[in-house]
Amino acid sequence: MYLDTIFRIAGVGILTAVISAVLKQAGKEEQAQLATLAGVAVVLMWVLQLLATLFDQVRSVFQLY
Amino acid sequence: MEILSIVGIGLVSVTIVIILRQQRPEMALMLSAVAGVVIFLLMVGKIGNVMDILRNLADQAQINRFYLGTVLKIIGVAYVAEFGSQVCRDAGESAIASRIEFAAKVLIMVMALPIIAAVVESILRLLP
Repeated sequence: MYLDTIFRIAGVGILTAVISAVLKQAGKEEQAQLATLAGVAVVLMWVLQLLATLFDQVRSVFQLY
Repeated sequence: MEILSIVGIGLVSVTIVIILRQQRPEMALMLSAVAGVVIFLLMVGKIGNVMDILRNLADQAQINRFYLGTVLKIIGVAYVAEFGSQVCRDAGESAIASRIEFAAKVLIMVMALPIIAAVVESILRLLP
């Protein structure tokens, strides 16, 4: 179930790469930058959730409080 | 055979990371961090079983629970710090990575101090 996070991040990465390339070709540099930023924000959200799960698990296994 | 799925996850994510690294280095970084988290999450249940058995053994040997708890805490801190510093080093920020390692060393020393004090105390008691 965690595995689809990897594929989602890969998809978002490839998608933002394509979108920013297209926008750059069309001469809209700023929008390309914004698309990149949006992709990074979305992915960062998932990464943070997964990281929170990791820290919770570590805390419960090793009894860190 | 869980190792097969772990190796599969590793190889697939490495391939995707290499593809992404040229276009989007930040996505590649997050992807490699996520791959590490996923592999650890798959293994954490088994580590928990090992820890339960260790705790049982310590109870049977009538070792003070505090000592084993401290050792487990140190292992946990070391693991998390290692993870964070490896991600930083992957991103090419070895300065922040070594700060994280430094902080982990300080925290581990603080946690180990009571045990060291107890050892010194019992040595002093043994000496005439």
